[in-house]
Amino acid sequence: MSAAIDSHDHDDHEHHGAPTGIKRWIYSTNHKDIGTMYLIFSFVMFLVGGLLALIIRAELFMPGLQIVEPDFFNQLTTMHGLIMVFGAVMPATVGLANWMIPLMIGAPDMALPRMNNMSFWILPFAFTLLAATFFLPGGAPNFGWTFYAPLSTTYGPPSTDFFILAVHLLGISSIMGAINVIVTVMNLRAPGMTYMKMPLFVWTWFITAFLLIMVMPILAGVVTMMLTDRHFGTAFFDAAGGGDPVLFQHIFWFFGHPEVYIMILPAFGIASTIIPTFSRKKLFGYSSMVYATASIALLSFIVWAHHMFTTGMPLFAELFFMYATVIISVPTGVKVFNWIATMWRGSITYETPMLYAIAFVILFTIGGFSGLMLAMAPVDMQYHDTYFVVAHFHYVLFPGAIFGSIAAVYYWMPKWCGRMYNEKLAAVQFWLSMIFVNITFFPMHFAGLAGMPRRIPDYALQFADFNMWSTYGAFGLGITQLLFIYILIDCYKRGKPVGTQVWEGAEGLEWTVPSPAPHHTFTVPPTIK
Amino acid sequence: MALIRKLTAAFAMLSIFFTSSLVQAVEYNMTEGVTEISQSAYDIHMLVIYVCLAIGILTFGIMFYSMWAHRRSAHPTPATFSHSTLVEIIWTTIPLVILVALAVPATTTLIKMEDTSKADMTILVTASQWKWHYKYLDGEQKDIEFFSLLSTPRAQFEEFDGPGATKSENYLLEVDNSLVIPVGKKVRFLFTSDDVIHSWWIPDFAIKQDAILGFINDAWTNVPSPGIFRGQCTELCGKDHGFMPIVVEVKSEADFNSWVAEQKGTIAAAAEAAEAAAAKSWTMEDLMAKGKEVYEVRCAVCHKSDGSGIPPVFPGLVGGAITTGPIEGHLNMVVHGKAGTAMQAFGAQLTDAEIAAVVTYERNAWGNDKGDLVQPGDVAASKN
Repeated sequence: MSAAIDSHDHDDHEHHGAPTGIKRWIYSTNHKDIGTMYLIFSFVMFLVGGLLALIIRAELFMPGLQIVEPDFFNQLTTMHGLIMVFGAVMPATVGLANWMIPLMIGAPDMALPRMNNMSFWILPFAFTLLAATFFLPGGAPNFGWTFYAPLSTTYGPPSTDFFILAVHLLGISSIMGAINVIVTVMNLRAPGMTYMKMPLFVWTWFITAFLLIMVMPILAGVVTMMLTDRHFGTAFFDAAGGGDPVLFQHIFWFFGHPEVYIMILPAFGIASTIIPTFSRKKLFGYSSMVYATASIALLSFIVWAHHMFTTGMPLFAELFFMYATVIISVPTGVKVFNWIATMWRGSITYETPMLYAIAFVILFTIGGFSGLMLAMAPVDMQYHDTYFVVAHFHYVLFPGAIFGSIAAVYYWMPKWCGRMYNEKLAAVQFWLSMIFVNITFFPMHFAGLAGMPRRIPDYALQFADFNMWSTYGAFGLGITQLLFIYILIDCYKRGKPVGTQVWEGAEGLEWTVPSPAPHHTFTVPPTIK
Repeated sequence: MALIRKLTAAFAMLSIFFTSSLVQAVEYNMTEGVTEISQSAYDIHMLVIYVCLAIGILTFGIMFYSMWAHRRSAHPTPATFSHSTLVEIIWTTIPLVILVALAVPATTTLIKMEDTSKADMTILVTASQWKWHYKYLDGEQKDIEFFSLLSTPRAQFEEFDGPGATKSENYLLEVDNSLVIPVGKKVRFLFTSDDVIHSWWIPDFAIKQDAILGFINDAWTNVPSPGIFRGQCTELCGKDHGFMPIVVEVKSEADFNSWVAEQKGTIAAAAEAAEAAAAKSWTMEDLMAKGKEVYEVRCAVCHKSDGSGIPPVFPGLVGGAITTGPIEGHLNMVVHGKAGTAMQAFGAQLTDAEIAAVVTYERNAWGNDKGDLVQPGDVAASKN
C-alpha cells in the first residue's frame, strides 16, 4: 500500500488526497466515503420503500378498495420488498462494513478500493432501472419479491426484463462487495490480529461475505433462466415444455434462505459489539459466538425448502427440512443467551445504541419464536402465506436487521463525524420506533392466525381491526424516521465535539483513532498484543 | 388531490368501523378446525406457543432482572468473567432436547396428513386465474363439474369513488357454486392449475396445497359434521389473487345424495337448454343483453366494464384489432384463448350461445358498432 502517512494534501496514487466537490464522491476509493455513500443511499431507499409500504397500509386501512387497483397493489408489494431487501437492508450493512472493518482490524482501507467504488456506483443505476418500471407500460413487476414462475415468466409484465437486469447488477455489486470484505479480512489485519481476536462484527461480516459469494450467483442463474424462458424458447420453469415451476422455487430459496442470514448476521455482530460496551464487560463466550454464527451460516444452506411445505414435496423431504430448520434455533439461542450473559453482572447504562441493541435482542427473538412455529411442517400448512409469515419476517427484519443498523449508526456516528447526537431526542426516537414497530407488526400475527392471506389488496371483515392497527402503527413508524433524519443532521451540524474514546466501555481499534476519524487511518498498522 | 380526498374519507369512516368491530366477534388465535388433522395442527401450534412463552419468560425475565439489578447506579463495578464451557453446553443441550420433544408430535401429524390412501371419493380441483373448477372423479357423483367464482358484487369492494354498497356478511368469502362433500367420508383432493400457481386453503380442514400447472398434488379430509367452511387462495396468482375464495359445504349423506341427483338433473337440463339456445336464431337485442351479462361476470375482471382493459397485459377492446377485426379471429380468440397469456380458452367454460352473445356484445358495445351478429352456430363452427 501507499507509504503516505496521514498527508491530507497529497496522496501519491489516488484522487482523494484533497477531495473536493462531487468528484470526491464519484471517484472515491476511500472506504469511509464509500461507506458514507452506502449508508446515505440505503437510507434514501429505506424512505422510498417505506413510502410504498405506507401506500399499501393506507389501502389496507379498511375493507374495500379505496386507493389503488389490485394490480398496482401487487406492484407496490413487489417493489417494497425488492427495495427494502436489496436497497435498504443490504447496502446499510455494506456501508457499515466499509466504514468499520478497516477501522476494526487496523487496515488502511479496503483491499480493493477501486472495486469498492464500482460496487457502490452500480447501485444507483440498478435502482433507477428498477424504479423506472413504475413508468413503463404495464407497470412495475407485480409478482412479489419472490417472483415465482410462471407468474413472472409466462405471465410477467414487459418490465420483468428491467427487473432481471437490475437484479443482475445488484448481484454483481454484492459479489464485488463480498470479495472485498473477504480479501480485506484475510490480508489486511494488523499484525497480531489473529482470526480469533477479530471483533465479532468483523467475524459476522466475514461469514456473511461467504454467504453472498455462494448465493448471489444462484440468484443471477435463476433470473437468467427466467430471461431465456421469456425470450429464447427455453422451458426451465414451463411444464408444457418439460420444465418445472417448482424448480424455480427450489433455486430461488436456495438463494433466498441464506439471503435471510445475509441480512441478519451483520446485525448479530452489531449487538455483540454494543452490548459489551454498555455493560462494561467483555462479550460472554466469544468463541461460541463465532462458532454459532458459522453454524447458522452452514445450516442456512440446507433448510431452503421450509418455504415450500405446501408445494407437494414428498414426506421424507418435508421431514428433513423441518428437522434441519428447527436445529437452527440452537445456535441462534446460544447467541441470545450469550448476549444476556454479557449483561449479567455488568454495569449497564442505557444510551440509545444500547436501547436499540436490547430491543433488537427481544424483538428478534420474537421473530425467532414465530420462525420456530413456522418450521413445524404440519402447522405451517395453516401459517404458510398468511399474515403470520408477514409478521414473522418483519420482526426479524425491522426490529432485527434495521434496528441493528440504527443502533450501529448511533454507536459509531460520533466517531464518523466527531460530534455527539442529541441523546434525549434519540431516546424519544427509539421509544417511538419501539412502540410503533410493535403496533404495526404484532397485530399481523393475529390477522394471519385468524386466516388472512398475504399479498391481498382487500380482505374479509373479520380482519378489519388488525389491519387498522397495523396502518396506524405504520404511519407512526414512518413519521418517527423523519425525526431520525433530523437527529442525524443535527448531530452532523451542531453536535457537541467528542474525544477519541466516545463510549467509556468501548474496546477496539476504532476507538484509538481521533474523532472524527481522519480521511486516512492506520496507514501504519497498529500492533495488537 | 384525489388521494388526499380518499384518505380523508377513509379516516372519516373510522368511527363506523370502531362500532362495527365491537359487534363482531374477533378471532385472535388459529382455528381448531373441525377435523382430526386440524385439531392436531392446533395442538402443536399451542404446544409450541407455550414452549416459546416459557423460554421467553425465563430468558427475558433474567435479562430484565439483570437490566435492573446490574444498572450502573446499582452495580458500579462490572464482573470480569467472559466464558463458561459448562453453561454453554447446558444451553445448547436443553434446546436440543426441547426440539426433539416438539418434533415427535409434528412428525406423526405430518405422516397422517400426507396419507391420502383409501379415500372414499376423489375430487379434482383445477385452479385458473381467479376461479376454481371442481370435478368429481368417481362414484355416483362422477362427472359433476362446475366453476366456482367470487359472488360478492364488485360494487361492494370498488370504492374508488366513495363508499361502495353495503358489504355482505361473508364479504369476499362467498362463491356462486360451493364445493359439496359428504360428512364422515375420506375425501381426497387432487390439485392442479391451468396457468400460474394457486393454493387451496381451508383453515378448518388444515389443508393448504399448491395447484401447479403440469403437476398434481393431493390432500385429504374427513369432516365429522355438516357445515359451511370458507377459505381463500393463498399463493399470489396475479391481479385478483385476493378475490378467489373457496367455499366447501359439508352435507349429511342423504343431503349429499339428493344434491348429486339434483346436479345430474341440472346438468341434463342445462345441456338441453344449451342445445335449444344453440339451435335458436338470436336477435341483436337478446344477444346484447345476454352478452353484457356474461361479459360482466367473465370478462370485465381484466378487460373492464367499459372495455378499456389494463394495457398492455390486458388489452383494451374498444376499437381493438381483435374486436373490430374479422369475426373468425375474434371467435377463435375467445374459444381457444391465447397461449402464454392470461387469455383463457373459454370454449370449454361457456356455452355456444354465451360465446356468441359475448362476442356480439364486444363487437357492438362501447362504440365499436360493427353491426355484426354472431349466432351459436358460428361458434360451433369455430370450435371445429
